[in-house]
Amino acid sequence: MTSTSRRLTAALPLALLAACATGIPKGALRLPPEAAADREAQTRRYEGITEREVLAAGAGVLQDLGFAIDESETRLGLVVASKERSAVDEKQVAAAYLMTLLSILALTPTEPTYATRQVLRVALVTRPAGVDRAGATLVRVTFQRSVFDNADRLVRLEAVTGPELYQQFFDRLSQGVFLEGQSP
Amino acid sequence: MNGRALCTIPGSIIALAVLGGCAFTPPQAVFETGSALEVRSYQSRVLQSADRDAALRAVIATLQDLGFVLDSADATLGTVTATKLAHYRIRMTVAVRKVDERQVLVRANADYSEPLKGKSAVSIEDPATYQDFFQALERSAFLAAQNVE
Repeated sequence: MTSTSRRLTAALPLALLAACATGIPKGALRLPPEAAADREAQTRRYEGITEREVLAAGAGVLQDLGFAIDESETRLGLVVASKERSAVDEKQVAAAYLMTLLSILALTPTEPTYATRQVLRVALVTRPAGVDRAGATLVRVTFQRSVFDNADRLVRLEAVTGPELYQQFFDRLSQGVFLEGQSP
Repeated sequence: MNGRALCTIPGSIIALAVLGGCAFTPPQAVFETGSALEVRSYQSRVLQSADRDAALRAVIATLQDLGFVLDSADATLGTVTATKLAHYRIRMTVAVRKVDERQVLVRANADYSEPLKGKSAVSIEDPATYQDFFQALERSAFLAAQNVE
């Protein structure tokens, strides 16, 4: 074996490792164990109203919350909406300036960095519930956000979740569905 | 000032002017390397479903189960696009078309990026990842209900 080929053989596992490191995390498209629980938390069932009416009520609630509708496909029961809002947390800003002050005292000055804005996205999906399709509609809602800092760098990419979030959203949707049911 | 310096300074200016005049064009990436046919074979799966819209709804439900937020869907074209954000970003398009009265062909393709680390998107070409997706899709209760019909 020449020294070149020996070197290549040694480099090969490293190259393979590097390829793994830049790849997609294993199981990123595998159903997580909590999938069923998440689905339950993100879903509500509405009776005695058509799927189309629920979808319209959902779009109305999203508008009430300040979202702009980006996309919709009534035939598949989908409304996608987004909004940009402030992400400023005064405590984080104060901490950032404190760090900057300390960095100046340590003679290694750094700029303060803190979150300034976020883009929220939501997808509202309806589907007929079970066999009795005329009777009930299931609504599932999922949120995510991208957060940017004061230099407009992307600093967070995440799902926005939590039982309270869903509870509040569906409370509003229930009102919307009720009003939709009342409208001529 | 000696002659060499006189030569060097205008030389550097010329070099800068020439480089500045060159518009460096980033490589185009419309066409990618690799076998399109090979990639498609593990990105595709035939499913038993008589109803394309029902299959599309199953795709939407599965994407939600996997933590995606939908971007768009088109029932006429039979396409669904969704994004998953979990420190990384996965963007996926799934197309469903009718094969015959009992079957649909589902084609998925996705890319992966780490914008927080400044890493641009790369096409996902790992068959196991697509296999995971199709397994989740096949498990979807709604599609199962369609199969029974």
